[in-house]
Amino acid sequence: MAVRSPEVRIWWNEPVARGELLWIFIAFLWGLFMFFMMIYWHINGNQNLSTETYRVKPDDFVAKVESFVEKYKVGEEGDTGVPVVAPPPGSDVYMLARLWEFWPVLQLEKGQSYRLHLSSADWQHGFSLQPVNINIQVHPGYEHVLTITPTETGVFSVVCNEYCGAGHHTMTGRIRVVESGAGR
Amino acid sequence: MAESERGERIPFMQRVLDNPFLLLFLGVAIPTVLYILWGLIEITQIPIAD
Amino acid sequence: MATASGELGIIGGIAARFRTCPVTRLRVDLAAERLIKANAVAAVVFLAIGGLMGLLVALTRWPAVHLLDSEAFYQVLTLHGLNVLLFWIIFFEIAILYFASAVLLNCRLATPRLAWAGFGLMVMGALLTDWAVLQGDSSVMFTSYVPMQASPNFYLGLILFAVGALVGCAVFFGTLVIAREERTYEGSVPLVTFGAITAAIIAVFTIASGAIILIPTWLWSLGYIGHIDTLMYKLVWWGMGHSSQQINVSAHVAVWYAIAAILLGAKPLSEKVSRTAFFLYILFLQLACAHHLLVEPGLSAEWKVFNTSYALYLAVLGSMIHGMTVPGSIEAAQRRNGYVHGMFEWLRKAPWDNPAFAGMFLSLVMFGFIGGISGVVLGTEQLNIMMHNTLYVPGHFHGTVVAGTTLAFMALTYLVLPLIFRRRVIWPTLAKWQPYLFGIGAAGISLFMLGAGTLGVPRRHWDITLSDAILSFDFQPAAYLMLGLNGLFALLATVGGILYVLVTVGTVLFGEKVTEENALAALGPMPARVAEAGGSAQVGRHGGEGLVHLPGTYVLVGVFFVAFALYYFVNWKYLSELWPIS
Repeated sequence: MAVRSPEVRIWWNEPVARGELLWIFIAFLWGLFMFFMMIYWHINGNQNLSTETYRVKPDDFVAKVESFVEKYKVGEEGDTGVPVVAPPPGSDVYMLARLWEFWPVLQLEKGQSYRLHLSSADWQHGFSLQPVNINIQVHPGYEHVLTITPTETGVFSVVCNEYCGAGHHTMTGRIRVVESGAGR
Repeated sequence: MAESERGERIPFMQRVLDNPFLLLFLGVAIPTVLYILWGLIEITQIPIAD
Repeated sequence: MATASGELGIIGGIAARFRTCPVTRLRVDLAAERLIKANAVAAVVFLAIGGLMGLLVALTRWPAVHLLDSEAFYQVLTLHGLNVLLFWIIFFEIAILYFASAVLLNCRLATPRLAWAGFGLMVMGALLTDWAVLQGDSSVMFTSYVPMQASPNFYLGLILFAVGALVGCAVFFGTLVIAREERTYEGSVPLVTFGAITAAIIAVFTIASGAIILIPTWLWSLGYIGHIDTLMYKLVWWGMGHSSQQINVSAHVAVWYAIAAILLGAKPLSEKVSRTAFFLYILFLQLACAHHLLVEPGLSAEWKVFNTSYALYLAVLGSMIHGMTVPGSIEAAQRRNGYVHGMFEWLRKAPWDNPAFAGMFLSLVMFGFIGGISGVVLGTEQLNIMMHNTLYVPGHFHGTVVAGTTLAFMALTYLVLPLIFRRRVIWPTLAKWQPYLFGIGAAGISLFMLGAGTLGVPRRHWDITLSDAILSFDFQPAAYLMLGLNGLFALLATVGGILYVLVTVGTVLFGEKVTEENALAALGPMPARVAEAGGSAQVGRHGGEGLVHLPGTYVLVGVFFVAFALYYFVNWKYLSELWPIS
């Protein structure tokens, strides 16, 4: 019984039932399969999060985003006053997370790749692109660079999904995706 | 417990599993090295942005 | 049942400290018994507080109710996490550690005074942290990610609590030493004690990680340290945050084995296999702290893949082994007890009206199917991109910690009451329904949060209509339905939780005393044991002996494996449809 000491002193040499061994073998193989599945996806899959990261002072990152906005601003999002920025395909694009907004609104082209730089000006935030459902943690002091390629046109939202204080549930952003060439 | 078993040598793995302090060492050392130290080393090596 | 009659002489000299348990014939150290009681009572108190907070959270998430304002919601959510995820669980685990060492090893508890000091520290720490959150300036969530800052007392309370728990672990290891030196048991420790050792080892790593990160964070909150690196904080904090839930897994697996043994006379199919599975936990389970850092900047894919997979999924292998050997040992015991017909007579005629068994088996099934499968999927490096910080995460851990651990601990309580508190459970009918209400409620909470998370709904979020946001977004209507159903099932679980507290407190205060005569009956309904009736000679030396196969168990694990594999591949399919990112 499991609440008693084993009745056999040398229990290590007791036989193991064949069914039990078979299950252990299957479970072991399944584990190996799942492990190599992740590696396989790094080689052949299209959704692997970049690990390219730089240390950055939050103020410096804010300055970079501001000059980026100045350079490529094409308008404002409705009457919100939030700038809409249309960077050229293939370029470096920036999104700043801060209490409580993702800034600015990006206008990207379908089928084009962009190097997206993410960082925070203050606390940790969660970049959650909806309804696509891509979720990435955003840290202050670390600039995370990843390549994204929108595959559909439309208006997509960024919802903060890392708790960031009293206004957390008001923190959103937006990415617009237009047909290739339409934004220029 | 059969008397005849008393003299037998206890298998190595059984002795390992019967030694809680060896297990304690392994259970603390392995995640400390593979998770915490490895992770901290990677974090300290993140380059500075230009 | 083998008795430990050989040890009578050895501990006879200090017999005044012991009583003999009428059911198990084990000698129970009265000092250990008092400590087990104190820790169990504290656990239930914090469960009641934390559970109530959980209800308030669910009622606020329920769109049609939306009970609390945002400030109160974040405060209550912080309290909910701390009180159930940390305080309820760890107090109960300390009780289990003392039970699995002193009681199961027939031994006196090492340094009861120190154990009381540890208990005092834990109580003080828990109250201090709760008080800090109640002040309103520490609504930083369980995780308290820097640079968001709580008041110094928030961290100080957690540090005191951790030190107290560490003392409890030291007392546990000390008791193991005493038991071996005083030869209060022969050969190896019981399997349940081995599970408790596993839990205690993981607890030491957990608490050490907590101390390493919380002490500097406390000093930072006092102004003595200028800066805490956010990534380093998160890495080390999860050494505590996730491992603390791995203590649970080890502890509740031990509890499964214990309940099956006490109620059904189940023996491990193989000591070697079950202990090796725990050994895999000791070595690798804690690496899964990396589950929380899969979409973090700065950590390499190698680090992520290796750690998140618990080193080639060897700890998952451990869980899959327990997932087979626990029902397998039950099937073997029941077949020995005479339930041999067909594939599932052993399960159909199991004591489903005994809350200890019902809770244990529901916990086993739901931990595997809901918590286990979702955990592996969530912890797959690339799949995590679709789930990180969505409601999928709490959906997963309500499957492990609520439907798994909490339900297992509740089930064990129905044996602790007669065996340790020596009171018969009052209101047996209410007790009979309790695990079903709580279990089904917990399963619903879990499944609907998993569903909402799949639709992208963020966790720790007061208002998913985003009505106060400048840039609006509408989640799918199905998400609102999921949150409504989550609220309904939270109500069900709350009824189960209230029944648990009522029955437990009522029994401790007003339950009929357990005596020599009614001791066995006090454990509740259980199948007649052929083996016992015919004398212990008929019992095999290990649970699998003489049994060619366990067809019911094979079918159960087969179903589990198919569900696991299908769900796993469906998620890769979803992932392949995502925007390419690299």
